Parts: sequence; C-alpha cells; structure tokens
Amino acid sequence: MEESERIEIQLLLEAIFRKYGYDFRNYSQASIKRRIEHRLSMSGLDSISTMQHALLYDAAFMDSLLLDFSTNVTEMFRDPSFYLALRQKVVPLLREYPFIRIWHAGCATGEEVYSMAILLREEGLLKRARIYATDFNEVVLDKAREGVYSLEQMKEYTTNYQKAGGNEPFSNYYTARYDSAIIDPSLREGILFSDHNLVTDGVFGEMHLIFCRNVLIYFDRELQNRALCLFSDSLCDGGLLCLGSRESLRFSSCSGDFEDLAREEKIYRKFMQGDGGDVGRNAGE
Amino acid sequence: MSGGTQGNRFAAAVIGASAGGVRALQIVLGALPAQCGLAICIVSHQVPKSKSYLVDLLADGLELPVRVPDEKEEIAAGNVYVAPPNYHMLIEVDRTVSFSIDLPIHFSRPSIDVLFKSAADAYGAELVGVILTGANGDGSLGLKRIAECGGMTVVQDPETAEAGEMPRAALAATPVDHVLTLEGIGGLLAGLSKSTW
Repeated sequence: MEESERIEIQLLLEAIFRKYGYDFRNYSQASIKRRIEHRLSMSGLDSISTMQHALLYDAAFMDSLLLDFSTNVTEMFRDPSFYLALRQKVVPLLREYPFIRIWHAGCATGEEVYSMAILLREEGLLKRARIYATDFNEVVLDKAREGVYSLEQMKEYTTNYQKAGGNEPFSNYYTARYDSAIIDPSLREGILFSDHNLVTDGVFGEMHLIFCRNVLIYFDRELQNRALCLFSDSLCDGGLLCLGSRESLRFSSCSGDFEDLAREEKIYRKFMQGDGGDVGRNAGE
Repeated sequence: MSGGTQGNRFAAAVIGASAGGVRALQIVLGALPAQCGLAICIVSHQVPKSKSYLVDLLADGLELPVRVPDEKEEIAAGNVYVAPPNYHMLIEVDRTVSFSIDLPIHFSRPSIDVLFKSAADAYGAELVGVILTGANGDGSLGLKRIAECGGMTVVQDPETAEAGEMPRAALAATPVDHVLTLEGIGGLLAGLSKSTW
C-alpha cells in the first residue's frame, strides 16, 4: 500500500475516534481498507481525505460509514457443528447453575442470539437464563431487537438447525408474513439487548458463558488480547467462552486461564481457582 | 519499489482458481521445488458449507507444506496457504493473515479479488498473481490491482483451461505479463521460487 494512502486511512480513523469516540484504530487494516473503499465508491467522493472532511461535518455520513464498519453478516445456527457441541458439551454444564448469565458480545443483527435462545428453550433452560446481547452499533441492535428476518433465508437456517441437532419443526420459531419471518417474541423474554463496545468499554458482569464469534478476526493482536482478557475477567470460575472457528486464545496473555472444552469448535472453559483449578488443570492435560 | 536484487524480487505468489481448480492447482504446485523461495497463497472456490478437503487434495504427494493458516499468522516462504471455506482470506501490510466474514464477492467466500487486492497492498512489486481455470469473473479486479502495484500477472491460457471464463475476464480487465499453460505456469513459478535460497 502506498504510504500516503496508509496515512490517509490512519487520519480517517483518528478523526472518527476524536469526533465520535468509536475506535477502529486497532482493527485489522486490510478489512478496514476494503470497507473504506466500499464507502468511497458508493459516496462518489474522490479520496479518503475528502471522506474525512465529510464525516467530520456530516453525522449522517458517519452513520453510513459506521454501518460499513460493523459486521452485519450473520446467520441462524451458523456452523451447525458448533451448535451441536454447544448442545452436547456446554448445556450439561449450564444445567448446574440455578440461574444462567450469558453475554453475547458483538451480536450484530441477532440471528445467533435467537439461535441460542431456541437451543436453551429446547433444553428447558431458557426460563432461568438471561442473555445480554451487545453490539456497538445501535442501528444493528435495533434490527436484533425486532427479530424480523428475510423469509427466503429460513430454508437455509432450517437446514443449519437440523444439522445442529434440532428436532422440532423450525417453523415453530417464527411467523411468516409476506416475505418476512418474524421470530417468536417469547424467545426474546430472556434477552436484553444493549450497547457495549469491546474496544473502549469494560468488564461486563459475572457471566457463565460468553459468546463472541467472528468479531475478533477484525481486530489486530493487541485489541484481540484486550477483548480476550476482558472476557476472562467477566467470566466466573468454570465459565465458558465460545469463539469463531478461525479464532483462538493461543496468542493472548490470558490463554493460561482456560482449557479446551471442544477444541475444534473453539469452546473454552475457564479454570477454577484453588483446589478445583488444579484438578481441572490436570484433567485437561 | 523495494525487492532488492534481481534474484529475489518476488516474495509471494497468489493463485486464484474456481471450476476445475483442484486439478489445475495440483499441476502448478507439483512443479514447485521442495525448497520454495515463494510463499504461495491460494483461493479456490468451494461449496461453502462442505468440510474442506482442498488442503488434503493439494497436499497429497507434495513436499511443500499445505495448510489453512492461523489467523494473524506471519506468511513465510516455502509454505502453501489455502483459504478456508466460508471466510475471506486477506494479507495485512505486515504480511500476516486475516480472515473476514464480509459478504461473498461474485457469490464466493473466499473471494479471489479480496485476497489479491490485499496482497497487492502488502507485497507491491514483490507479488506474482495467477488466475487459473474458472467459470466466473472473480479475480480480475484483484489481478488488475496487482498489475497497478507493479507485481507480475499470469493467466492460464483460456483455450487450455477447463473453464475459460475466469482467465478471459482477467485478460479483459488488465494487461497480463504471461499467458501460459498449467505446465508453463508451474515452470515459471518454479524459476521464480529458486532464487531466494
């Protein structure tokens, strides 16, 4: 990449941070650049520097860029084998808790949050669970709250659901209206959607399960490390962490806090402190 | 335009393939020496939901190590890196690997364009871009970017490709340095890969 272009991108991100408080400076550059280029070509502006001017003086332009910077690509029961492992290996552990606190960090438009709610309901756990679903983008969170998706996609989601070990008719979980699928509102009762930014915000309560998939891939190593340590600090002893299939704890400074629960599916369990921890540690090795 | 002496101008080759790609890739990779001075990064379109057998198919009989890289792994010469299904693979300017789940391009994730454009930014004139057989237009914009950044561009002769559409789209999009058969491309890369050791 030309040096001038790299400077332009850095200045743009700096301007966003100083004016709006959103910090993308430690995002993976290659993806950020793609998104900036996309907005540039959509906007008809002639350079990244012109975009910088536009976003400083036009909040609406910033809103559109913010949407570009969010990852809005998701699906219900994405990676069915992961959800199968969730059902088989994680659910039995969650049963031990009288009340289950789950943090879904970076929930985007909510498809995977509802997938989790469906799974918990089928396992008889939804009534005693609270899912905190967070994202930094309010527009995306509103869509998640609505829980209205394209009917066209339901066929694919049904296949995912079945591969993930689901045995109910998937259509039990939504109502079709015109070309939309409206997710059963009773699934939402245990879900609290709220604003949280992994880059700038802090610890989020004492959780039993943290779910953050395909978010960290957009961060550089330093920011990944911050987020992973935040997760470790937000989990109770023995708590569970679920990452995306290409993500890992391996390079983070808190990797020693965890053992593999389902290695292939990137499900980790935080060690117990004290005696229990030693047992866990030995058993894990 | 860094790149040092004549001998080691190239650090990496990116290869894009689609329909008919596995056999084509086997021929090209089969021509490379076991001590390969290039890093090879590959996007080959696959059925998105299927478990990936691509790595196994390509590794079979090859001395070079073939694998899906780890996220943020540093790219090193002598390795063949394959994009996993359902993710875009990108190269950062510090020559590490990133993945993304951004929307498919040309109905494809991984997309050849996404890999090629990011690699052009990371490697500039030290990059070789190769478009093989395929039945869509993915890769041509990426190859154009590689040419603009001073890299070498190579396209499989569409007449010899199992599916000629992708090579033709690339030839229409940008001036290309070499139009060759699969054996010719293998020989070219083998020559380029020798110099750095």
